[in-house]
Amino acid sequence: MDTIFARSTAPGRAGVAIIRVSGPRAWEVVHRLTGRALPAPRQAVVRKIWGLDELLDQGMVLIFEAGRSFTGEESAEIHLHGSEAVVRAVLSVLRGFDGVRDASAGEFTRRALENDRMDLAEVEGLGALIDAETEAQRRQAMGLVGGHFQAMAAEWRAGLLDVLASLEACVDFADEEVPEDAAHGMASVLAAMAERMRGEARGAVAASTIARGFEVAIVGEPNAGKSTLLNRLAGRDAAITSEVAGTTRDILEVRMEIGGHLVTLLDTAGIRSSDDVIERLGVERARRRSGEADLRVFLDAAPEGMEVRPGDIVVTGKADVSVVRPGQLGVSGRTGAGIDDLLSAIGSELEARVADAGLATTERQAAALERAACALEEASIVLDNQPDRVEVASERVRSGILAIDELIGRIGVEDVLGEIFSRFCIGK
Amino acid sequence: MGARVALVTLRMSDVGVMSCNPAIGGLGKGHLVCEIDALDGVMGRAADAAGIQFRLLNRRKGPAVRGPRAQADRALYRKAMQRLLRKTPRLDMLSGEVVDLAGSGDRVEGVVLADGQIVPARAVILTSGTFLNGVIHVGDRSFRGGRMGASAVSCLSERVRGFGLSMGRLKTGTPPRLDGRTICWDGIEMQPGDEDPAFFSTLTTGLSARQVACGITRTTERTHDIIRANLERSAMYSGRIAGTGPRYCPSIEDKVVRFADKDSHQIFLEPEGLDDPTIYPNGISTSLPEEVQVEYVRSIPALENVAILQPGYAIEYDYVDPRALARTLAVPDVPGLYLAGQINGTTGYEEAAAQGLVAGFNAGAEALGRDPLVLDRRSSYIGVMIDDLTTHGVAEPYRMFTSRAEYRLSLRADNADQRLTPLGVSLGLVGDTRARAFDAKMDRISIAQNALSSVSFTAADLHANGVRVAPDGRRRSAEEALALPGADINVLTSLCPAIATLDRSALVQIANDALYAHYVRRQDDDIARLQRDEAIKLPHDLDYLSIDGLSAELRQKLRLARPETLAQAGRIEGMTPAALTLILACVRRLQKRSA
Repeated sequence: MDTIFARSTAPGRAGVAIIRVSGPRAWEVVHRLTGRALPAPRQAVVRKIWGLDELLDQGMVLIFEAGRSFTGEESAEIHLHGSEAVVRAVLSVLRGFDGVRDASAGEFTRRALENDRMDLAEVEGLGALIDAETEAQRRQAMGLVGGHFQAMAAEWRAGLLDVLASLEACVDFADEEVPEDAAHGMASVLAAMAERMRGEARGAVAASTIARGFEVAIVGEPNAGKSTLLNRLAGRDAAITSEVAGTTRDILEVRMEIGGHLVTLLDTAGIRSSDDVIERLGVERARRRSGEADLRVFLDAAPEGMEVRPGDIVVTGKADVSVVRPGQLGVSGRTGAGIDDLLSAIGSELEARVADAGLATTERQAAALERAACALEEASIVLDNQPDRVEVASERVRSGILAIDELIGRIGVEDVLGEIFSRFCIGK
Repeated sequence: MGARVALVTLRMSDVGVMSCNPAIGGLGKGHLVCEIDALDGVMGRAADAAGIQFRLLNRRKGPAVRGPRAQADRALYRKAMQRLLRKTPRLDMLSGEVVDLAGSGDRVEGVVLADGQIVPARAVILTSGTFLNGVIHVGDRSFRGGRMGASAVSCLSERVRGFGLSMGRLKTGTPPRLDGRTICWDGIEMQPGDEDPAFFSTLTTGLSARQVACGITRTTERTHDIIRANLERSAMYSGRIAGTGPRYCPSIEDKVVRFADKDSHQIFLEPEGLDDPTIYPNGISTSLPEEVQVEYVRSIPALENVAILQPGYAIEYDYVDPRALARTLAVPDVPGLYLAGQINGTTGYEEAAAQGLVAGFNAGAEALGRDPLVLDRRSSYIGVMIDDLTTHGVAEPYRMFTSRAEYRLSLRADNADQRLTPLGVSLGLVGDTRARAFDAKMDRISIAQNALSSVSFTAADLHANGVRVAPDGRRRSAEEALALPGADINVLTSLCPAIATLDRSALVQIANDALYAHYVRRQDDDIARLQRDEAIKLPHDLDYLSIDGLSAELRQKLRLARPETLAQAGRIEGMTPAALTLILACVRRLQKRSA
């Protein structure tokens, strides 16, 4: 049985992140992460948490015996302090262990149920909980499979169905008029597909927002108070501020944490038309860069040529000297008025994005793509070296399909048979 | 097992009659026959006794997907089957039409014959084949019948409908039967059987009947023209048939329409018997009118002057949605009643026989108060089939394919006995002869295994003999070496001549196991997960409609399939892990409330 793990605290929300591990290797995992003897069960101890060869964090670990844990299995909790990056690093180390994988949605609960570890009240409450989880998952899935990814998943599905139908036609209809060479060329098709899945898996991880943190751009007309606001937010003099409009010609970046999320604040040049060549360049860059940011905070209003997108925040700047517009939050970099409210508005917006982006799912899916790619590669090698072992190649293809059926939709035997009957004239 | 059984049939002489193509086995189907044999069913022995051409399909591919097939002599098969049945202790054969089921309330307690006589029984198995409300179509003519020359059964159909079971119509077709004496055999391709026949039964030691070859001819453009010109006279194309036919066995009309770009289709001319001139032209089943059949058949090379002995026809019949069945093949809503064969939406002798075996054992077990038998997907093709039927139902007549078995690499025809015979012995299904033969085989395998594990080879030696092996300097045992590409028993024997003294068939089986061991091991995790879910039983009366959070579609599917275990529920189309957790939560809640 696999050992499963999951982050059990919301991403970045709290100062402490907890990773739960359950299954036959849970204790071994703790031992390998800490490099030290296991603590006594149910006693929290502080330990250094190690990656492959670097210190990742100092945290607290707890282990539970089978029969005395939430799932009823041997299990462990790892409490980390750290930033998103640390948590991610630890999760990725866990993923590298044999027989250890990300838990699927509701899997801890499922194991607890299987081992009869929940009392009646808990069980009664489950329906609503799972319902909510499913809904969240559905939304995540819909978000994820949009656009580019959806097209790719559909293409993979069609490709895999085609391959499997060709292989199975050779196996199950050997005494029919199936062309001798139906399985020809499938080795290279499979190898190419494996390659593309690998690429996508790598891309999915690299592109994940949390890996790089969020970018929040402060946008406004010149002299709207952007730099003062940034300085206040960052708590130090990062940008030069002066009364002369157009002081900030380059883009200033300040990295900080807002609501537990890693954020890069961008202070951009005031956006206006200008005759100054250098300022014009700065404005152009500011426009582009703020357009690409995850979130924009507009001072007073969106400058000409820029739009307020859903989730963007518009505030009245210099609230200490100007009239706050209705429906807007007034902030003042100089006095600090409204800064806490702005921080919490940014924080909750980012929180919503984390939930919607379903990053954990993305990483899990990247891992699944990786597994599928391996299986397809093996199938390809079998077909290359032993063309008559179609049944073995087919078994590997099936196992690859199984790894990503969440992404591409289940391919059942009826789908394969349907494909065969539509392509080959079967029937004596 | 000790149960007393009455076999009631319309005509005693029809026991063992093959309605369709007199061939047994094939891919997937051959596996079923070997499994039936492993549990001491008679089909394999009868087919071996009647076989006039044996072919092991996929001989060049891996052992997991090799399927034995035999062309049977119709008369010899019937004779063998009747002889084997007569020899069966505690079996009475009664001739008569079953017109109704006897019983009180909802419980079935026997059958009523046409003459009013009641045959009482603790359990009844209905195996009505294509006879329930059977309608035969030949072109624009249709009439009631169970197969050509036999009347259909209708009262019983009413009774079954009365139980409130969901029922549907299926159809299947047959080709015209030809007179072999009017076929011009010269110049057409002949396909002989295998040199060393692969038998179905492990008890068979040699051929019983003379072996014959099959002819191969092809349809022509003119054949297709004739068919196209008469399409609207085909019972299938004119819309007179409502039932769904199988996609894997299309009529020649279908082939011509759906694969319009193919200018020719292959036809196997299969003899129906040694002393029988009838030829079964495999590949041209039809429901065109008789005169059109004559015309198109005569447009085929070698058949220019052929005489048709019996026209091809399509038959439509009633079946019961098999999702209403338990995996014992009992109808849970009608205690005492079991269904097996085409009534459950399957096609083929093999599928029917396999169900008959399971239903037969379970009906006997019920009568004797013993535990039922449920075979799972891991154990056998029989288990795969029954699980498919009871979980997914059927959309067309269900036929076995090896691709239906996800554990195909371990469910081989050659190890059917290893998988099932010990179980059969413990259930009392297997007779002494087979039990002894099985023990002897296992002894030979373990001797060979010991011998092989004590021999080892260097990578260099193996490499020199054409085995693809990493030059790592490691020695490999003979058993390990068998898993390597390019290695087989002959290679090992040339390296170590003593191996030649071991039992050949034992060696073959060890080699087969070695070939897949690596892949089979990787499925172990899946299997372990599956077994945990199989262990979680779902109550038969679980009210799926009341489970919050399940989609309406899943609720309906669950209600129809009424899965017996969580694993079975997981195989329902569209099932999600979250939905499974909900079901599990519901089961636990019920348990806690009642505790």
